[in-house]
Amino acid sequence: MSETNTSERDRVPLLEVRHVSKYFGSVIALRDISMRVGAGEVTCVLGDNGAGKSTLIKILSGVHQYDEGEMLLEGVPVHFSGPREARAAGISVVFQDLATVPLMSIWRNFFLGSEPTVGIGPARKLNTGFAKKVMREEMHKMGIDVRDPNQTVGTLSGGERQAVAIARAVYFGAKILILDEPTSALGVRQSGIVLKYVVQARERGLGVIFITHNPHHAFPVGDRFVLLNRGRLMGSYEKNETSLDELTKMMAGGEELERLSRELQKMSADAGLQEVARELVDESRQSAQGDIT
Amino acid sequence: MSVASSTKPSSSSSPQPARAGDERLARVGIVARLLQRPELGALIGAVAVYILFATVDATPGHLFSSIAGMQNWTDAASTYGIMAVAVAMLMIGGEFDLSAGVMTGTCGLLLGMLITRDQLNVWLSIAIVLVFAAIIGTVNGILVVRTKLPSFIITLATFFVLRGVDVGVTRILTNTVRFDISDQAPGFASAQVIFGSTFYAPYNFQDAVLWWVGVTVIATWVLTQTTFGNWIYAVGGDANAARSVGVPVARTKIILFIGTAVSAALVGTMVALRFKGIQSGQGVGLEFFYIIAAVVGGCLLTGGYGSAIGASLGALIIGFAQIGIIFANWDSNWYYTFLGVILFLAVGVNTLVRRRAASSRR
Repeated sequence: MSETNTSERDRVPLLEVRHVSKYFGSVIALRDISMRVGAGEVTCVLGDNGAGKSTLIKILSGVHQYDEGEMLLEGVPVHFSGPREARAAGISVVFQDLATVPLMSIWRNFFLGSEPTVGIGPARKLNTGFAKKVMREEMHKMGIDVRDPNQTVGTLSGGERQAVAIARAVYFGAKILILDEPTSALGVRQSGIVLKYVVQARERGLGVIFITHNPHHAFPVGDRFVLLNRGRLMGSYEKNETSLDELTKMMAGGEELERLSRELQKMSADAGLQEVARELVDESRQSAQGDIT
Repeated sequence: MSVASSTKPSSSSSPQPARAGDERLARVGIVARLLQRPELGALIGAVAVYILFATVDATPGHLFSSIAGMQNWTDAASTYGIMAVAVAMLMIGGEFDLSAGVMTGTCGLLLGMLITRDQLNVWLSIAIVLVFAAIIGTVNGILVVRTKLPSFIITLATFFVLRGVDVGVTRILTNTVRFDISDQAPGFASAQVIFGSTFYAPYNFQDAVLWWVGVTVIATWVLTQTTFGNWIYAVGGDANAARSVGVPVARTKIILFIGTAVSAALVGTMVALRFKGIQSGQGVGLEFFYIIAAVVGGCLLTGGYGSAIGASLGALIIGFAQIGIIFANWDSNWYYTFLGVILFLAVGVNTLVRRRAASSRR
């Protein structure tokens, strides 16, 4: 974290896009999107399937080039020609399913693609001791005690796997961490664990962009919320300007959820469906109260 | 790393910083550590098969468990072993090479042709054969990587192409099905000492055994101690994840295909020099033995898991069976049945191991 960032955090965000648009032929993928993330902040990008979240990630991470608008990295306009360039600039994406190789040990995964070596020529070998030590230290910073560095990543829980990917990105110099739906495939408890890591990354001074379609996951950790719908910016709020209730409603959640739960209850001959209906009722009630934290 | 640790007090949800001395590197028991090894099953299997054939040995003086017997089964296992190690590395990288068997024949025949017909120096001929093999391996690799077709199909095609070429070209050039290599050829004597001779005098172990040990050691070093080894496991385990962190997936796979082809050239050279000639059908069908050895040695057919030592142990089991059945005076046809059963058992064990390795510990 440089000094300028802490003192002028609000004026010079780590990463900012202004009025960015992206077209694929005649299809408008994104239209006039503006958002930013500062050091030590979490910006949540919310939107249902097809809202343009992945296009936005791909622009931020250099996979796609934007057609209109501008992107500023620490106040300087940038135009990434590819993902490598974005990564070199400190923007790291943690994909939900592309993060790790399950059959490989944690330390091998951690340094995959950037292996530390000792020795020269044919005697050049992996610096295993160093790799294990660093991995354990970095995982410790995430709050995970790795007892056996040789343990395969496949034996970790879904949340811990995300943690490995996050810790790796941070260690290799990421300043901005983009998390692509990190909780979508996880159960309640595991989602909670990932959210904890999001908070941890934020507290270590990273700018976190948290992509999700679940306002219940976004609201507790987010400082700023960007809502996308069908490629357009539906709203952009600071945390104090909104509530979980409002977010949920805006994501076509609240009312539809209630209606859906009523419908489900009507056709609930099936015990399993009844269960789902009950959960939906709970959820809509919770969002009505608007206090999950 | 530019990120300093946070100055803000951490929220209640974040964990307490570690006490410095708190090494919870719990002693992972020897047993648990062994169970993590892919070659464990093969080791147990090798011991069991050894005991079996040492017991049923019908030769006077129990030849199987003597040093002379050892000469026999290491001889049988050695060339399988060299190839099995290369094939195992490729399998860990997520690919197959069905042309590996016939390649040994193709390379041996090419060597015979260069020495006998073109009167080239044996050493020069070996160099040419190695380059030729590297080219075939590259072609296999590029075809697999570019077409994204299963390597099973691509190398099956290579297998058949080479098989036809082997017999066809040998016929045209010699009117027979064999290339003889004269021991008067320049460089033959010195090359045979390295590739096709024996050592440890009264027992006369084959040179190939030393090559086998050497190849296993080098492969183990590469797999466990080098960056490239890390990439091999990664491209076989999850090519997309590997690519996303910057591992050159295509290059890694192509190099592995070159590895099996060059190993085949080595084995073909050994066979040709040892027997001073080579049959045009040499190597056909052996690819399955290599794959059996690799799988018995703990390689997963789906890639990403396995070891070179395991593949060597798998080859050793094949050697035990081949010699043991003869020494036991069994009908040698049971050899195939025996290997089939061993393969079944190995796949069963491997599946269990994989489940252990890939599923959550609760």
